[in-house]
Amino acid sequence: MTAEATILGAGVMGLCAAAELSARGVAVTVIDPAGGPGPQGCSWWAGGMLAPDCEGALAEEPVVRLGHRAADWWQAQGASLTRAGTLVVTPGRDRGELDTFARRTTRHRWLDAAGIAQAEPLLAGRFDRALLMEAEAHLTPRQALTDLRARLIARGVDFCAEAPMWGTRVDCRGSAARDILPALRGVRGEMVVLRAPDLALSRPVRLLHPRFPLYVVPRGDGVFMLGATQIESGARGGATLRSVVELLNAAYALHPAFAEAELLEIGCDARPAFPDNLPRIGPAEGGIYLNGLFRHGFLLAPALAGMAADWLLTGKKPEFWHEDHRER
Amino acid sequence: MPVFYGTEIASALMLGTALYPSPAILAEAFRRSGAGVATVSLRREAGGGREGQDFWALIRDLGVRVLPNTAGCHSVREAVTTAHMAREVFGTDWIKLEVIGHADTLQPDPFGLVEATRILSDEGFRVFPYCTEDLVLCDRLLRAGCGVLMPWGAPIGTGRGLMNPYGLRSLRAHFPDVPLVVDAGIGLPSHAAQAMEMGFDAVLLNTAVARAGDPAAMALAFARAIEAGALARAADPMEPRDMAAPSTPLLGQAVLA
Repeated sequence: MTAEATILGAGVMGLCAAAELSARGVAVTVIDPAGGPGPQGCSWWAGGMLAPDCEGALAEEPVVRLGHRAADWWQAQGASLTRAGTLVVTPGRDRGELDTFARRTTRHRWLDAAGIAQAEPLLAGRFDRALLMEAEAHLTPRQALTDLRARLIARGVDFCAEAPMWGTRVDCRGSAARDILPALRGVRGEMVVLRAPDLALSRPVRLLHPRFPLYVVPRGDGVFMLGATQIESGARGGATLRSVVELLNAAYALHPAFAEAELLEIGCDARPAFPDNLPRIGPAEGGIYLNGLFRHGFLLAPALAGMAADWLLTGKKPEFWHEDHRER
Repeated sequence: MPVFYGTEIASALMLGTALYPSPAILAEAFRRSGAGVATVSLRREAGGGREGQDFWALIRDLGVRVLPNTAGCHSVREAVTTAHMAREVFGTDWIKLEVIGHADTLQPDPFGLVEATRILSDEGFRVFPYCTEDLVLCDRLLRAGCGVLMPWGAPIGTGRGLMNPYGLRSLRAHFPDVPLVVDAGIGLPSHAAQAMEMGFDAVLLNTAVARAGDPAAMALAFARAIEAGALARAADPMEPRDMAAPSTPLLGQAVLA
């Protein structure tokens, strides 16, 4: 039975673990060299799509099943969340991509040109059919992290840059935990933030493309986040020209009016992943580790945090348990 | 089994390593299919730098021969530099040489390819050029120093199969002793079987396996099709003919039946 816990890392995993443990009466301290969530952690750069059904086209079954709990969890934490689903489209030349995507996903509905025009007037006339993934949601990651931190502080959780460890250690350091997790690798993602005040989308839009897939997430106030690069590299340096050009070109293909958008930000980071791209929980010095959330941080952190709390408080062994953290 | 530059490979299936849902599924595809060679890109997967070490380590752990490639290179200079980097990273002088001449179709640049093949062969590289099925180009590539040819079946990632069977057959007939690999454009196991029936030594593909709903099962399907095609080639298949010839004699059949 854990009464006190020290959480290492104030990214999305650390904050969710802090929320679950503190809600169950554990005295929690979060340690992060930066003192809280920020650009040093990869969740700061996330898309914020809670899109378990879309992810199911490529991800393993647990991502879909556990991901479906995420929207409720974030809403219960007071996060500002939009439940409008995701629209999936493809350029006319690559129609087959949409059929494949439909076969490999569930909980979607076909829209024709009229349906698209009604759902997203901006895209009227640009696509003749689309998939609407109705059960999906999105949030703004930086705001969700900042709000959750404030909520945790109000609940008595301490945030420190450095502190002596006390109680059970819960290692949520992400890529920094490679010192104890040799199987962890980095998968690079690049993103662009635009301001296009005249354009409006009510939900994330995914553009399927054999070479240049794209997602556009509306952040409100005419701000949009573009993302989707996924490169097998742990490099955290600046985004490459090629990736940015590809993202911007794809946005232009979605709607030429994006050409007039103002570029606000170009970002890049590496997400921690294990070889099966599924997360792991296991024993580590003084406690446990939670890691390897890959591109599913906001989607899976709530479920993982719940499992970790169950394990520490009731001894219920979690899914994704890996006894040997040196395993590759 | 194919022999490239004096090295015999255990399988005529060669697989690319990009686009899989996860490295674990990639490894499973190799394990189930018994593929003999893994190609890996140094440019795209690595984000242009030397930071892909984790992924490259996973590729080395597959336990198969690694054939690094220069995918995404649009000039001779880029391709040569990438080949140097590949030799250092993977400790091999094998290089799958791609010099792209057209951004949309990813069609090889035949002129740059011959030049880069000459440069790299002179430096001691064992070059596997990704080329079109043009007979004259293939002849020039061999004269430039390579000992393997890798003509496309169709443009990269299109899955359209063997678009010019006549041209591919001509290559086999003109270069009976050169290892020939159909590289790119393969979409179905039947395409791979067709290449092997034509007498190709191996087939290299990536998207058709990596983007299948079940990549490991599809890799196995390709391995079996390739085995079937090679067996058929060795068994000397019949020639098509115009006249129907019954496989059971008509004589003796009841007239009124």
